[in-house]
Amino acid sequence: MDGIGPFDPTVGYPPGPAIREIGPDGSKIPLWKPLHMSRRAFLRGVVCSGTVIAGSAYLFSTATAARADARAVERMLRLTVNGRTHTVDVPPNETLAFTIRYRLGLTGTKIGCNSAECGACNVMVGGMTVYSCSTLTHRVRDKEITTVEGIARPDGTLHPVQQAFIDELAPQCGFCTPGMVVSAVALLNVNPKPTIEEARLALSGNLCRCGAYDHYLRGVMTAAERV
Amino acid sequence: MDVMHNFELYQPGSIADAQAILADVKDAWIIAGGKDSLDWFKERVKQPSALVDITGIAELHGIAAGDDGGLWIGATTTLTEVAEDGAVRDKFPMLAKAASLVASPQIRHLGTIGGNVSQDTRCLYYRDGFPCYRAGGNTCYANTPTAMNREHTLYEASRCVAVTPSDTAPVLVALEAVMLIQRGGAKVEVAADDFFIGPDIDITRMTVLQRGDILLGIRVPGTWAGSHQYFEKAADRASWDFPLVNIAMAARTEGGKITAASMVCGAVQCTPRRLSDVESLIVGEAPGADLEGLVKRVAARGARPLTFNQFKKPLMENLAVRAVRSLAV
Ligand SMILES: Cc1cc2nc3c(=O)[nH]c(=O)nc-3n(C[C@H](O)[C@H](O)[C@H](O)COP(=O)(O)OP(=O)(O)OC[C@H]3O[C@@H](n4cnc5c(N)ncnc54)[C@H](O)[C@@H]3O)c2cc1C
Ligand code: FES
Ligand code: FES
Repeated sequence: MDGIGPFDPTVGYPPGPAIREIGPDGSKIPLWKPLHMSRRAFLRGVVCSGTVIAGSAYLFSTATAARADARAVERMLRLTVNGRTHTVDVPPNETLAFTIRYRLGLTGTKIGCNSAECGACNVMVGGMTVYSCSTLTHRVRDKEITTVEGIARPDGTLHPVQQAFIDELAPQCGFCTPGMVVSAVALLNVNPKPTIEEARLALSGNLCRCGAYDHYLRGVMTAAERV
Repeated sequence: MDVMHNFELYQPGSIADAQAILADVKDAWIIAGGKDSLDWFKERVKQPSALVDITGIAELHGIAAGDDGGLWIGATTTLTEVAEDGAVRDKFPMLAKAASLVASPQIRHLGTIGGNVSQDTRCLYYRDGFPCYRAGGNTCYANTPTAMNREHTLYEASRCVAVTPSDTAPVLVALEAVMLIQRGGAKVEVAADDFFIGPDIDITRMTVLQRGDILLGIRVPGTWAGSHQYFEKAADRASWDFPLVNIAMAARTEGGKITAASMVCGAVQCTPRRLSDVESLIVGEAPGADLEGLVKRVAARGARPLTFNQFKKPLMENLAVRAVRSLAV
């Protein structure tokens, strides 16, 4: 099994056809190898076409049988993300980060530690920041979810926080940036004129491995002057 | 740290429904904020076949005034709600403070106070799935000459040397809170002091909660409402970090003398540790340098550090001193 992540014997992977395809020369090629595509475009393609990628059993837990117990949750649920309501088929053990990235194709939300420690997966649920990697999707059914894609105006105008982050050269590698943006916007939504200490606290759940904290903080303060 | 195993998820709307599921599925696991639980599942150390999400049960949520001047805090009330609630801040400021110092904003927004007091220990060996005593094995990996045990216990080690990781637990013990538990058809009240249990009582759990029990909430009596309160947490980092030692003190003074005191220390033992020696020492005395000197001498009496956690002893002493110093204004 050469899919994404290590082979996991406890997961019942679907057999061959779903995960491999016969190449023109008769050889088997793994479907998931994005040869001439950016990772992002590839992911989007996969999500939109509904293609099953190798290792998708691993990601999506297709092994779950129909509910054994009628009292347990239904897999189909409605999720309102960035103002759009989606009906999605989500197994009970899926985290919101997975649903957002791999079912809805919103890859702005990152997965860093996958254990509630870094903030790369930060999104707003009902206006409050949460770690989507450590939240079951079923837990936030019927709630308003905002990811980094929902921060700018529909016409593309950046939110003052995003503009200020650019102006203050906040991101270095940028991996923590979506999470930082979401935390900063959530703060300014409820407290448009924060003190630097309040801003520091609001960002305290977001790690930046590049250590650009002061730049982000300056960004928040600059944005606060502009909103 | 990866994708979780397959499980059924239940989201009951009533305590009776939750109990019915817990009775039917023997290994069902209660989940509230999930901030402690999901890590276990991602590591595949624990793999319950069903999860019972209790956050849809209305009765378990919210903060209400008690008739004795205290407060009722439902188990699924989030740490953010506890930290920001006006009545909590007014009557029990150290509870609000402790809640506000747990982990990070995102964890507090979903993590509940019920989960915070019921959470399992953070011993790295145990969390990583080592087959230690607590996990049902027959050795302790943390108590060997070369083991990493700077976060471990100073007191009452009994095969296991893990400590209580909770920031709210010592506060609730100091405030003489009472835990209300639904056990079968009965509602059981347990003093916070007895709710937390050490390895000598049961090495496989941290609280009296048994399979099937639901913690309904916490009643904080009016006893210490409006008293002078002090909470301090010493950790490696200001955000996201479990306490190395934390201290909670409620006290009353009159005419410059301390008339009553309740002081409890966390993360130095498997359960929150009441500093009875300090309490009996300071009652009747005036805060000041003399008293602080004495407090420093008794605060960590009897501590038996392991290889790498000796720093916890002076840390504990100094925190106790600082708590007493806060009375001298
Ligand atoms: C990165 C990180 C840092 C952290 N830092 C801190 C810290 O500094 N201080 C601190 O105190 N904690 C800390 N924690 C722990 C976490 O914040 C708390 O454990 C949190 O309050 C747990 O609440 P929860 O509702 O998410 O728990 P859950 O995971 O939902 O539940 C925890 C446990 O309690 C049981 N449980 C929950 N509610 C009930 C109930 N009503 N009845 C019966 N059983 C119940 C569950 O079955 C489970 O075993 C940290 C956690 C992480 C991941
Ligand atoms: S990926 Fe969710 S907190 Fe790190
Ligand atoms: S900019 Fe690189 S992690 Fe923050």
